[in-house]
Amino acid sequence: MDSHSLRGKTAITGVGETTYSKASGRSALALELQAALHAIEDAGLTPADIDGVIPMLNGTGIADDFVANFGMTDLKFSAVAALGGASCVAALQYAAMAISAGVCNHVLLAVGRNGYSGPRTPARVSTMPHRRVVSEFEGPAGMLAPAQFYAPMARRHMEIFGTTSRQFAEIAVVTRSHARLNSNAMMTAPMTTEDHQNSRMVVDPFRLFDCCIESDGGAAVVLSRADRASHLAAAPVYLMGIAEGHVDSPSAITQRADMTRLGVAKAAARAFSMAGITHDEIDVAELYDCFTYIVLCQLEDIGFCKKGEGGAFIESGAIRLDGQLPVNTHGGLLSQAHMGGMNHIVELVRQLRGEAGRAQVKGARTGLVTGYGDLGAGSIAIMQRGNP
Amino acid sequence: MSAPGYAGLTPLITEESRPYWDGLKEERLMLQRCGSCGRIRHYPRPMCDACYSMRIEWIQARGTGTIYSWATTHKAFHPGFRQDVPYILATVDLTEGVRIQARMRPSASNRLRCGLSIRMGFEQVSDDLTLLVVLPDDGL
Repeated sequence: MDSHSLRGKTAITGVGETTYSKASGRSALALELQAALHAIEDAGLTPADIDGVIPMLNGTGIADDFVANFGMTDLKFSAVAALGGASCVAALQYAAMAISAGVCNHVLLAVGRNGYSGPRTPARVSTMPHRRVVSEFEGPAGMLAPAQFYAPMARRHMEIFGTTSRQFAEIAVVTRSHARLNSNAMMTAPMTTEDHQNSRMVVDPFRLFDCCIESDGGAAVVLSRADRASHLAAAPVYLMGIAEGHVDSPSAITQRADMTRLGVAKAAARAFSMAGITHDEIDVAELYDCFTYIVLCQLEDIGFCKKGEGGAFIESGAIRLDGQLPVNTHGGLLSQAHMGGMNHIVELVRQLRGEAGRAQVKGARTGLVTGYGDLGAGSIAIMQRGNP
Repeated sequence: MSAPGYAGLTPLITEESRPYWDGLKEERLMLQRCGSCGRIRHYPRPMCDACYSMRIEWIQARGTGTIYSWATTHKAFHPGFRQDVPYILATVDLTEGVRIQARMRPSASNRLRCGLSIRMGFEQVSDDLTLLVVLPDDGL
């Protein structure tokens, strides 16, 4: 039963977000603290109840900032996750481990960033230690930005499996249609397949509308010990399965034997096994979507369709709100906001609580959320409303 | 080929990678080979992932390979590459079994396909820096 040791031991009890914008007019730390406070209040807790904190590296704050601003007198657990965009979901595992081990009871995960008005992604990632190998051996040739890192993976998929740009477009268009149902989404103009096809090329095969947006804002969640969750303000959403997975040749995509497989391929089987839940039971999926192709590849790697069949799966309408597997019901990083994927966790919890408003998937009880980053690392959490 | 006032990026060279960069300056593509088990690896790093040996030998690659994938950059993500866009970065399976990533010369994406045979070339971009480039095997 070792692999099931975290199943149902914790639940997300609070979620919070700030307004997402292009110019917050506030510090990134203020945004992070604001979102954290919203999440804590959503749980019916006060900052004094929080005894663990994981500030996200793609935000600004460190544990010290939470101690100082929340007046914490005895923080028992803090950690950092260094998996790029896979960090938020991976950090849920850290938090679940700490809580299950009896170290603490309520762990806050928070991100805050001025991603639009502050330094943009290519500038930020160029200084990360994870980029050292790429920076030395590929940077001088002009390889600098995530769109460039991942475009050869998409191109390979297109060449080998016949995947098309119009299939990528379906992801962008569906995600935008979901953002239009969300009052806290940044991109809400209607988008058609032709709009996508006419958007300017950034790094072929990625057009502008294949790329996520950048945002100012904050997002946070509180993970609590299951037996302390049930009497709190909101219906607990239990963490049933959780895993992270790392690609072979993690620091250089170029040297990866199969460029069309992501780290989540390794993590997904572990998470489903821990949860004791099957793919058919997943009502909604919030998938890290820095680029359209990454959604397609994850659908295959998680096992919702076979490798190479992601394009056809998407084209069938499966990921629409009324499809067999609604994806990114909040508008994702492509159209809602870029909060490093914390907004995906927030949305999954709202869906499973039945609080997703106009984008609510009817009867959603079980769902999953993924993270993706650091050149291929993946993380996945399977959650369920109701007693585990 | 030397570009006066090179405005691109220069590598932060380490003890492990110095022979690779020195090799490029002599128009030779040098690869690490494990001094214990003989496994060839790239990019340069301290340890063999097959036998954990830190004994390192260097071999000169033949400079031939095939296209594994590629992408065409239309946006300059750094001012030093503004005059270069659009440019193609090719991912190449070298005959030695490892990959390289380099600029495709000339820019001819409509001819590219997975498995296309290519050969490697060299471009001196500054007094201290020579970069690898990918050339079509037929010399076009």
